[in-house]
Amino acid sequence: MSSQLLPRLAQEDESTDALSGPQTVTRQARPLRFITCGSVDDGKSTLIGRLLWDTKAVKEDQAATLRRDSTGQHNELGLPDFARLLDGLQAEREQGITIDVAYRYFATDRRSFIVADTPGHVQYTRNMATGASTADLAVLLVDARAGILEQTRRHATIAALMGIRQFVLAVNKIDLAHYDEAGFQAIAREFREIALSLGVRQITAIPVSALKGENIVLRGDDVMPWYSGPTLVETLEKATQRTGQSTGFRLPVQRVSRPGEGFRGYQGTVAGGSIKPGDSVVVLPSGVEANVKAIVTYDLVRNAAVSGDAITLVLDRPVDISRGDMIAAIDQRPQTGRAFTARLVALSPDGIVPGKRYWLKAGSRRQRVMVRPVSALDLATGNWDDAAVLALNGIGVVELDFEEDAIFDAYETNRETGAFILIDPDTLNTVAGGMIDSRRSRSGRFDALPDADRASITLPARLIEAFLKTEFARAHVGEIRVTRGEKE
Amino acid sequence: MNVIEHGRGKPPLDPHLKALENEAIHIFREVAAEFERPVMLYSIGKDSSVLLHLALKAFHPGKLPFPLVHIDTGWKFPEMITFRDQVAAKYGLDLITHTNPDGLREKVTPFSHGSARYTDIMKTQALKQALDMGRYDAAFGGARRDEEASRAKERIYSFRTPDHAWDPRNQRPELWSIYNGMVHSGESVRAFPLSNWTEVDIWRYIQAEQIELVPLYFAERRKVVERDGMLILAEDKRLELLPEEQVREELVRFRTLGCFPLTGAVRSAATTLDEVIAELEIATVSERQGRAIDRDQSGSMEKKKREGYF
Repeated sequence: MSSQLLPRLAQEDESTDALSGPQTVTRQARPLRFITCGSVDDGKSTLIGRLLWDTKAVKEDQAATLRRDSTGQHNELGLPDFARLLDGLQAEREQGITIDVAYRYFATDRRSFIVADTPGHVQYTRNMATGASTADLAVLLVDARAGILEQTRRHATIAALMGIRQFVLAVNKIDLAHYDEAGFQAIAREFREIALSLGVRQITAIPVSALKGENIVLRGDDVMPWYSGPTLVETLEKATQRTGQSTGFRLPVQRVSRPGEGFRGYQGTVAGGSIKPGDSVVVLPSGVEANVKAIVTYDLVRNAAVSGDAITLVLDRPVDISRGDMIAAIDQRPQTGRAFTARLVALSPDGIVPGKRYWLKAGSRRQRVMVRPVSALDLATGNWDDAAVLALNGIGVVELDFEEDAIFDAYETNRETGAFILIDPDTLNTVAGGMIDSRRSRSGRFDALPDADRASITLPARLIEAFLKTEFARAHVGEIRVTRGEKE
Repeated sequence: MNVIEHGRGKPPLDPHLKALENEAIHIFREVAAEFERPVMLYSIGKDSSVLLHLALKAFHPGKLPFPLVHIDTGWKFPEMITFRDQVAAKYGLDLITHTNPDGLREKVTPFSHGSARYTDIMKTQALKQALDMGRYDAAFGGARRDEEASRAKERIYSFRTPDHAWDPRNQRPELWSIYNGMVHSGESVRAFPLSNWTEVDIWRYIQAEQIELVPLYFAERRKVVERDGMLILAEDKRLELLPEEQVREELVRFRTLGCFPLTGAVRSAATTLDEVIAELEIATVSERQGRAIDRDQSGSMEKKKREGYF
């Protein structure tokens, strides 16, 4: 099937890259990571199944299993049910839906890919966010007949919040919409507006039939002569990878290596910038300064390390450094402080409870934090409305108050040091993912507002607990100072 | 990349393998730092060999800050056991081996009890026993998401209940490279540093890093018998031939290694890494095609994982 396409790609490779063959092109770069998202029944699993099938990532024994499992469910083209390739869980096969994100690996002659097939159901938004957090590009599917739904908007918003700057709109089931160009253009226009409002400027809209394999790997020229743009695979092959770090050197310290007297190294993955022996660094939060003596790895003593490298750093003087500290460029420091604002995606059934102390993990640093929702995104209107709570799957702006100094960059300038997760101290589940906007201008304290700005209420001891449980108290936690009355 | 090479004279890894290596090292260090009693599952195969190599890199110049556990079913290829002991001696590893005593007492074999029950008793239950005995709260494994459909759904930190159960419908969200390593007493995490590697990545890395492997991965003339569409090695006296079966000598190798009665060989002339990789690139069947336990029923890997299998 795809043999029709391969010679053409090979030809293009020759013209652009005459020296190295197509295979070396694939191996030179890290794989492009993308997600597919969209509402239920838009055909995501079918689309990826088709991608895997047409790029020959499905092996014969897997195809045989697929044929066996989808007995009687072959489509009119005599092909098996592609969705079954992706929906690897029993419950998914039973219900015909995708519950959890599945990661798949495939390659064309030009490039290798990791695709996260993420669920459409709103209750599994957490899994969609999981896939989006590491993706370079998002493929949003819509059904050509249904157009853009709230779930499309939610997924586009989360993808954009997570910093994805390339969107592909795959208008699927175009065959069932009679290959209608006007309908396709209308959906593409509407999506373009949404994407632009989210700050995404790289948008490619493609009319596709995942089931029939039109404009996925192979072109659909005979049925859609009006479409002259790229196929999905061509778009993916040309996509750029996110770099997203404009900060100086950052090394969140994962562990201290002391195999014996005479060696003390700080192990971690470079989360921004670069480093070489002789460079001056600052250790945060202590603020102690030192110079880099050596960069140690298993087989090489390196004379430089760059973002992404897992290294062991040796400094030129004894410094008290432990896990959770950050070693940073002396002239380009991250922000430190006890109060930050961030955008948050709530991922737990309980939403985010104001006034509750969560664990926040960022890099290797884990701290107690109090979270106060400020506003929430109304997906229907795109407005940020004032809000004191953040419900499940809600997206909001929050204020974070720490007991001791936190160390961050803005997510926009560094995804590694600007991102965090929240962990519920009772269930120990991950309940939210967050992205730092900036340090708050006010040097906030853990209990939020300075006393002068807070309302004061004095209550008998027995009522304090009951009061703190009320909606009102939860909504205004941090704004009220509650003190115990001396007499009942 | 500007690097000063010390000794080994290997060319630098290509960016793809380098990124995979960095990610795996990051995961190793994170688990070792956050958990009280980590352990690494070592199954002697190619993925385990890569896993061990990455662990050594992650903690260099220190030693591994955790022991290794090998679940010995008693039915591994003899070459594997020899190789295991050589590796343990070479790197001074703290290697613990465990065999399910109940299974030994009841004489559970792949022949007498069938592959599914045998696997449950000698692998899944044995693993749970070993993890409980060591009170380990984190266990590294070499599973990859490209192996099988339910594995494609795995997190890098796979949360397990005190009974070692995996609930695929209720996994923790895993955003960026920030892993949630908090567990209550008794709960644990299986950590998979090779999640994003594919079979070809493993082989290319073995080649680039010159990692030693069990010789069974390379083609040789070996005694085999064809059973249920699989080529079973017929070099162990415990293999009872069925009346119509005949032992032949064929040029074969293994793409994956498990227990010898349940792991099929492939006909191959690949005797070097280059030849193995060349063969893989044009392979039309998947890696686990030769594993009987995957074929018991649709969704059988998921079922085994729910019950505590790796």
